[in-house]
Amino acid sequence: MAVTLNFEGNIISTDKQGYLLDHLLWKKELALVMAKHDEFELTDAHWEVIDFVRQFYLTYNTSPAIRALTKAMKSEFGEDKASSRYLYKLFPEGPAKQATKYAGLPKPARCI
Amino acid sequence: MTSSYTQEKNDLPPSNGLAIINSKAPFSSNHGKDALDVALIFGSFEQKVSLFFQGDGVYQLIADQDARLVSIKDYLKTFSAFEFYDIEDIYVCQQSLVNRQLEEKFHIGDVQVLSSIEFGLALNRHQHVLRF
Repeated sequence: MAVTLNFEGNIISTDKQGYLLDHLLWKKELALVMAKHDEFELTDAHWEVIDFVRQFYLTYNTSPAIRALTKAMKSEFGEDKASSRYLYKLFPEGPAKQATKYAGLPKPARCI
Repeated sequence: MTSSYTQEKNDLPPSNGLAIINSKAPFSSNHGKDALDVALIFGSFEQKVSLFFQGDGVYQLIADQDARLVSIKDYLKTFSAFEFYDIEDIYVCQQSLVNRQLEEKFHIGDVQVLSSIEFGLALNRHQHVLRF
């Protein structure tokens, strides 16, 4: 069963796990709706990662898996925030998996 | 087998792991995208992987292409992210470029242009080879 998202009077299509089918429909407000649906709270720290992942996708046309994500984040945010420990604290179900979801991107094929 | 001795004399740094040969043009088939997916999976698991481009595969490295014109997701853009996957050894066959009258103008940096002999030697230093 696909998850149906009602957003600003439109129905937004997603896949079974709630990932958007069209990443161009993404907005910050929509991410909040998606997170609420999952009963997941997004803090500023989460947003930092979500924005970064989205930018990565727009630049490289691919969602980063965890290792690439930490490597890429290291150059932007420094060592502390680029550890998988830090990222797993924020996104316990898998940083690449969860951050890409709220960034409106396809689930990384090379998941963890 | 004497080939392992000749390899030692080669100036190029020793290597091993997986070699992926790209021999097809970028957007006419899925080969290039599939090869990329394999490369990124290996990179994600810290496995050493080198990329080789020969034949029509060299077109995958040529700058100023726009896949959107043929309504295809441009996987070549992902090549710029190789550094985050520790993919550093990228070789292209010079003869293949010459045959196609292509300049050595690539859309990513650190591409090594090798003569046919060097290309073969570099390939030879890998334990496993996948061809796409």
